[in-house]
Amino acid sequence: MLTTLLIAVPLVAAVVVWILPLSKESTSGLALLAVLAEVGLWVGGARNFDFSSQTQQYSASREWFSDLGISYSVGLYGFQYWLVGLTIVVGAAAIGYALWAGRERPRAYYGLMLFLIGSLVGLFSSQDLLLFYVFFEAMLIPIYVLIGVWGGPRRVKATVTFVLYTMLGSMLMLASVVAFGITQGTFELSEIGTSSNDWIFLGFLAAFFVKSPILPFHGWLRITYTEAPPELSAILSGVVPKAAVFGLVWIVLPHFPGPVDDFRGLVLVLSAATLAYGSLVAFRQPDIRGVVAYSSMAQMGLIMFGIFAVNDLGLDGAILHSINHGLVSAGFFLLAGIIETRAGTGEFARLGGLAKGRPALASIVLMLGMFTLAVPGSTNFAGEFAILAGVFDRGWGYAAVGAAGMVLAAMYALRLISAILHDRRGSAGTDTGDLVSGELVLVIPLVAILAVLSAYPALISERSFPLDQPASFISSQETPSR
Amino acid sequence: MSQTPHVDWFALAPTLSLLGASGIALLGAVLVPRAAVRAFSVAVTGAGFVVSAVFAAFLFDRSADPTLLLSESMTRDRLGAFAALLLALVGLAIVLASWGDRRRDHVGEYYALLAASAAGMVFFVSSSSLLTMFLALEWLSISLYILCSLDTHRRESLEAGLKYLIIGSFSSGILLFGCALVYGATGELGFDAIREATGADNPMFVTGMAMILAGLAFKVSAAPFHMWTPDVYQGAPTSVTAFMATATKLSALVVTYRILVTAFPEQAEIWSVAVAVIAVCSLAIGNLAAIAQKDVKRMLAYSSVSHAGFLLIAVAANSEDGATSLLFYLIPYVAATAGAFVVVAARERELGRPVSVASLEGLGWERPFLGVGMWVFMLSLAGFPLTGGFLGKLFVFSAIYEAGWWWLVVIGVLATALSLAYYLNIVRALYMRPGEIAPGPIVATGGSPPRDLLLDTAVAAGIVVTIGSFFFVQPLVDLARDAAASLPL
Repeated sequence: MLTTLLIAVPLVAAVVVWILPLSKESTSGLALLAVLAEVGLWVGGARNFDFSSQTQQYSASREWFSDLGISYSVGLYGFQYWLVGLTIVVGAAAIGYALWAGRERPRAYYGLMLFLIGSLVGLFSSQDLLLFYVFFEAMLIPIYVLIGVWGGPRRVKATVTFVLYTMLGSMLMLASVVAFGITQGTFELSEIGTSSNDWIFLGFLAAFFVKSPILPFHGWLRITYTEAPPELSAILSGVVPKAAVFGLVWIVLPHFPGPVDDFRGLVLVLSAATLAYGSLVAFRQPDIRGVVAYSSMAQMGLIMFGIFAVNDLGLDGAILHSINHGLVSAGFFLLAGIIETRAGTGEFARLGGLAKGRPALASIVLMLGMFTLAVPGSTNFAGEFAILAGVFDRGWGYAAVGAAGMVLAAMYALRLISAILHDRRGSAGTDTGDLVSGELVLVIPLVAILAVLSAYPALISERSFPLDQPASFISSQETPSR
Repeated sequence: MSQTPHVDWFALAPTLSLLGASGIALLGAVLVPRAAVRAFSVAVTGAGFVVSAVFAAFLFDRSADPTLLLSESMTRDRLGAFAALLLALVGLAIVLASWGDRRRDHVGEYYALLAASAAGMVFFVSSSSLLTMFLALEWLSISLYILCSLDTHRRESLEAGLKYLIIGSFSSGILLFGCALVYGATGELGFDAIREATGADNPMFVTGMAMILAGLAFKVSAAPFHMWTPDVYQGAPTSVTAFMATATKLSALVVTYRILVTAFPEQAEIWSVAVAVIAVCSLAIGNLAAIAQKDVKRMLAYSSVSHAGFLLIAVAANSEDGATSLLFYLIPYVAATAGAFVVVAARERELGRPVSVASLEGLGWERPFLGVGMWVFMLSLAGFPLTGGFLGKLFVFSAIYEAGWWWLVVIGVLATALSLAYYLNIVRALYMRPGEIAPGPIVATGGSPPRDLLLDTAVAAGIVVTIGSFFFVQPLVDLARDAAASLPL
């Protein structure tokens, strides 16, 4: 019941906000109220959530399209609960940012934003293959319009590129979904069996690789993250790629054990390439969003390591690092937006020296930077360490690339920090002040959650899968194929 | 005293009520004072469509077992009733939407012909012999020829009428030739009798079947029999285009399926391949050509060609699931296509000239309701979730996959990906502008005619059906399955 509520609250709020002819202030207030209610629901639900339980919780199921064996079936395991939480927290921060930035055409804007949050929550809690696909596609609709209407100068090109890439991936996945579901006679994930069909597996992989993105499917990344409004970029980089994580962990690994084994080498090599490429390109980017965009890509390569290691350490690390990365990257995009609004630019050539007289901004940027470069003791370090330890089992070379990636992360993160805060004082933004309390309220919760996780990363890593045995839990999901 | 066959008036009621409405509207065009003709015709034909829909619904309810009527020339079954119901509802929506057309002359004739051609279609979908099929086809076609060229002051409209007349007659000729060959080979006219007749394995018979299929494919506007579609759809009055893109296609598809599985089940291996080839051609040509179009009506015409491809995939499946998915797919397709043309018609009235993609710009902010409508219709045609179009495509794909033709699924999804280029182009035009300008109020490019409540009702109905068929898919699929059960599959 709670799951349905978590999905329904943003969706209903979206329709209400869109239909009621309220003023700008009331509309944004109403939207904020809805996400805060959502946060409350999630926290309330967490208190009664049994993270070690072997069954899904807060589940609900209803007949929908019984001729094809499709049902509205939702429910949560530990890792899903964390992903839903990430969506809600980042979504709330994004809506708060929009309120602070005072978006034009508020009814349409907040309606679409809430619709996006609702479909992401639905995606992470779906227990039916087709329901998953429905949410996977549905979230494109708001993203398309949000970028196209509220984005930067090259927004139309960004929408076209983004949609082209994602749709090609999702269409291949649709073919796979149809083929898989129809051969199995059901779309219910708990009843569906395993398949050894390489083509079906590759169809899924295509969609998830575009979404992550994994080299060479990353052509949409830069322009989309740059042209989208910053709060949308926060969701796009922090939460949306986790749809791929969820899909891989919950659909591909349990139901395609054979192809996963066969293609592991290829996937791990591509992930390593993604990690190296993303890190190196991030180091050469001329503006804040570029660095965060490519670092986000590099981190997804790392997370892919953890997933395709298919062992306890790797999977625990992948989930933990998904949450970490989501929070860090969302925080950085919001910060990028804040700096761009003040200085009028995010280009390093015209920024610099912002630390002087702006202690709050400097501390926040520094802290997020430290999390990005996975300084030992941070939750990011814990996540990356678990992933590397996991992938070491599959070959020491991958672990070596991963460790090199951590070094590269330090390079681009430190460059980012110094380009914003130190260096020569830039031509732009010298007369802007420190962060005001409204902005701090947006960013501090994200940093605070990261700090808590740093103190106790096991909060997530030991509470993601039943009995904290991800690998055996996932293989237990394989029901014999018919 | 000669013996007359028993006439099942109830089975004929949906046709007859439309025919009656048509006659009264035609009389009204002469007898009613000029100022009141429009209101009178709308009321009469609207009532005719409502009555026809009610009869069709009752007929659906009470025709669980198919029966042949009037010396096997027509059949009373759920398939026919289902199609008749859809046809009557589409017709009603078109009647509502064309209220604001501001047509000066031929007002009464317009509505009378609309009802007459709908009556022909309702008869068409339940015909069960070659003779009645051809008769009904001519009946609906001749009404449509006149409707296309009704705007006598517009050259495009006359051109559309003429093109449709020539190519339509040509296709009827092919169909008739095919009927003659089949009759020559079997000596039978009734679909059931043809199936049971001997001598069905000679080349004359197969040639006849191919010619019948080609003749019907013209009406379905499937490639390579589609060349009239863009010109006629563009030139005809927009409300007539809306009617043709939905009702004509629907009835022609239902009849195609009916004749193929009733009369030619033995030749299924031949025709299912032929239909699959036609479907692939339609998907390729429809989608590629639609991308290049600037005129919205032309684009929607090619989009309708590509949808003919999706619908024919369901036909090629040649299974109960295929028939069900065909009938289900038609529901959101008809709603979204009719709705899209209606929005185009509204914009056309506002601008006073043909609607190009560029002249849709800003419509979404200017007229939020029509904008949202167009958005929903485009997403449904593109097969996005939360619209019935998505489940329709999914159902068609699953039917053909189960029939073992997985490569058609791959072609189908690639075509869908391609189709996004032009459907999302419309959405982009509705809401987004390129360039440096920050989002602000977009100046209305057209005039500001008063709100047209009837048109808005039609659009609202389209939205409700398009989205409703996503959330309440199972009841609709049950209806479609009941209807498909009347076919011998």
